[in-house]
Formats: sequence, structure tokens, C-alpha cells
Amino acid sequence: MEAVEVCELTKRFRRRRGAGRATARIALDAVSFTIARGECIAVLGQNGSGKSTLVRALSTLLLPDGGRASVFGHDVVAEAGAVRRLVNRVSVEASFFKRMSATENLSYAARFYGLTPRVTRTRIPDVLERVGFAPKRASEPLEDLSRGMQQKVALARALLTSPVLLLLDEPTTGLDPRSKREVQGFIRELRASHDTTVLLCTHDLDEAASLAERVGILHAGRLLALEPPVALLDRYGAPSLEQAFFTATGSALGEETEELNA
Amino acid sequence: MIERQPLSPTRRQTRARAVRLQLIGLSGVVERNAYLIKRYAWWELAFFVWTIANTLTIVFIAKGVSATGGHIDVQRETASLLIGAMIWSYLGIIFEILTETVAWERWEGTIEYTFMAPLARAVHLGGMGLFAVLYGVLRTALLFVVVALFFGLHLPHADFATALALLAVASVSFVGIGMVTAVLPLISPEKGAQLGFIAQGLLLVVSGVYYPVSVLPAWMRWLATVSPATYALRGIRAAVLDGAGLGARLGDLWPLLALGAAAIPLGLLTFRTGERYAKRHGKLKRSG
Repeated sequence: MEAVEVCELTKRFRRRRGAGRATARIALDAVSFTIARGECIAVLGQNGSGKSTLVRALSTLLLPDGGRASVFGHDVVAEAGAVRRLVNRVSVEASFFKRMSATENLSYAARFYGLTPRVTRTRIPDVLERVGFAPKRASEPLEDLSRGMQQKVALARALLTSPVLLLLDEPTTGLDPRSKREVQGFIRELRASHDTTVLLCTHDLDEAASLAERVGILHAGRLLALEPPVALLDRYGAPSLEQAFFTATGSALGEETEELNA
Repeated sequence: MIERQPLSPTRRQTRARAVRLQLIGLSGVVERNAYLIKRYAWWELAFFVWTIANTLTIVFIAKGVSATGGHIDVQRETASLLIGAMIWSYLGIIFEILTETVAWERWEGTIEYTFMAPLARAVHLGGMGLFAVLYGVLRTALLFVVVALFFGLHLPHADFATALALLAVASVSFVGIGMVTAVLPLISPEKGAQLGFIAQGLLLVVSGVYYPVSVLPAWMRWLATVSPATYALRGIRAAVLDGAGLGARLGDLWPLLALGAAAIPLGLLTFRTGERYAKRHGKLKRSG
């Protein structure tokens, strides 16, 4: 059984512009792929290409308009409860109750996954230590911590629940180089020590090449390719992933995707 | 007649484990709200002072009527107005906490993490309701003590146990209605939370919050019959002012039980419908 199976997944969002008629913007256009258990794939795409929509659909936060997706055989719509027990996520924004401390945020979040206070009393300090978070700052409000430290707590939140599928939606965007290296190192360590399957959405080409076995290009909601980095370079006859991305999409990774109306 | 097959030990264990996990999740909802109260303690104190001031402006009306020549039992009217103000404040806390289920989490950006957790929505909302009731009872009791001491109220016949029991039963309906208001920020991220206040006001205006229901126009009197606040106010006033026991207030208790039994499923159904709408249109996200 594949860890993730996505088949013809389609999502459109209706947007009303002024008093005019609503238009439908295609966020995912018949996307299909699979991820093997324990594999890490990276999806490259510009802002607005559909990366976050894909992550949200797999985490049961969006209802697709067409196609289907399953996580370890469980359909993300029909068996959302079963999927939620297997998945966790780290997104670009380290979203927390900012007045609460790291320990408090992790504590209540762990409860939602059935972890008792007796378990979290020891596990939270362990996980925070593993992600390189200074223990003495664990009781400070998160609003007093740097963005890099907040992102480490976000990683800790995902790890605390031992997910078998980890969805990483631009986890290192906006981090300083040192924090970025620490987070990437931790993802590597996690994959080496656990049987975790990872879907990494990013616009960092080096990050994609160094962490993932296969790299995909998502453009205007369409998955143009998903192959090992070397095969991707061969396919587009490009010397670098950056060039391959440009050849595939006709635009640079840093640009914004043009909205595609249905 | 279809005979139900007894659960096998394995299925029983699986079900027991699932219930246990949900109960742990429910404790997490209560725990989170307790942390928030602790972290915003000074704001809570400021809000409590405002509630006292607001209550005093209403309760002073009894003395004001007497001072301007009205012939009323000042002690009794003062206590009656205080009960109305307490229920107003209590309902405000219930609706505010339940509406924050969505509104505050959208603002902090945590909503997607909460909604992707394996916590049944009924348990999630139930936890919010449970915390709202516990915190609301504590705050309202404190408000009652402070204002009663301020006015030197003597309530020698008061049956507080009956009043508390009626409030507990009414709370089931209040939580159910609160679940309906909680969905509003999902549908209208900008203005949805404020609509909770409108619901609170509409509920109390037909329920005789500071006056008997009999003074209302006929159509409002009809609305009063389907408002749980009507029976809560009437029953609690009878218990506190006249010492009526629970046995004497069955006429208030039964409607409260019936309304509660309808309000919770209605609240859950409405919230689920709203959640589905938000997931269909991408409105869970803060900027959505």
C-alpha cells in the first residue's frame, strides 16, 4: 500500500470581484501522484501554484471538487478521522496562541491526539531538546521568541504526535540560514530514525534537492513532473533545478503564479 | 424485533480506547482555555470590573424608581434585577467562549491545526461548552456575591441549590445555541463574531431579563415560550426570592430539558454544515 495516493485531485475556488459575476480559480487541476512509505518528495512551485491547497486537501482541511486522495488507504473525505490520526503538518506560519508558552501550546495540542499529562510531562522536554529548543525558554510566551525558535516549536508540535505522514509546507521560508540548516538537519534525522513519509512543499531548490528522493513541479495547479532530481534535469535538458523549473513553467520560481480561471 | 449483537471483547476495547482518546482531547480543550485565562488574567480582571459596573447601573434602577416616588419593594426588585443582570453576564460568557472556538483561533492562525486533529467536533465543542459553563458559573457567582454585598441584600429564603440546578440544566440549551453562533465567524470571518452578541440580545429581550414576560407584545410572548432563558430567569428568581425548591419548579425544569435536548443536536448540525461550507470554499484559513 502506498503512503499517499492522489488521483485526478481537483480544487477550484470561487472568487467574486466587485459586483461582477463570481469566477472560479483553479487551485489544483487533476493532480495525480503517489508517495511510497518512508519516502520524501518535494514539490516546487511559485506562490499561488497550489502547494498549500494540496497540503490542506491531504490534511482534511479542504474538500476537493473532483478526484480523490488517500493516506495509507484511508480516503481524506470519507475517512477523515482515520487520516487525522496519521498526519501532522508544519506550515510557513508557526501558528500558536502567542501569549501561551511553548510547553502550554504543545501540551494542549498533544491532548487532542490522546496524549495524557503523564506522557507529555516527559515527552515535551524531550522533543523540544531534539529540535534544539533551549529548555529554559519553554515557559516563556511564544510572542517573546524569535521566528526560528517558534518554527522549532512548530516542528516539535508535529513530532509530538508521531505522525506517519508529515506535511511540510515551506517550513524554512523566512528563517535565517542557521535556523534553516537546523530545521533541515532535523528533518533528515527524523527520516533516518523514524519511518516517516514526508511531503515537502518549498520554493527552495537546494532544500528540495538535498532532502527529497523525488522532486515535483507544480504550476498553476498542474503537476508537470515528479522525478528524482537527476531525471528531472535530464527531462528538461537543464544544468540545474532552477533552469529545469524555468524550462518547465516558463517563469522563475520566485514569481507569482498567474491566476488561472476555469 | 432486531436483536443487537453483543460487542466482542476486541471491539469493546477498541471502542473504549476511542472514547478514552476523545475524553483526553476534551480535557485538552478545557486545559487550553484555562491557560488562556491565566495568560490574560489582568484582562479578565478588567472585564470583571466592567461587568460589575454594568450590573450596578441596572440594579440601581430599583432604588431610582423608589427615589422618584415609585412604590416597589426595593430589596426584592434589586435582587430581581441582579438575577437578570447575572443571567445576561452568564450568557455573554457562554456565547463569547463558544464563538471564540472559531474567531480567536482564526486570529491566532491555530484553527487549521485544531480542525485537522483527530478530535470529534462534538467533543471539541463540548469541551468549549464545558469550560464556558464552569468559568461562567464561577464568574457569575462572584458577581452575585460582590453586588449582593454592595447593596446589602438579605435573601433569607433563597434556595441556591435549586437556582444552580436550573442554571445547569439551562446551560445545555445555552451551549447548544452557542454552537450555532460559533459557526458564524466561519461564514463571515469579519463580522461573524459580533453576531453572537446580537443572538444574546435577542434571546434575552424576549425572556423577561429585567421585566415580566407579560409586559411584552403577544408575538414576543410567543417567542419567550421557546427561549430557555425565560424558564431559567423565572425559575431562578422563584428559587432565590421565594425559596422555591426544584419540585415546585417542574414547570420550568421540563421545558429546559426539552429545549436542551433539541438545542445540542441543532447546534452540532449547524456547526457541521458551516464547517463543511468553510472546507468547500477555503474559509478556514484566516485570510480565506
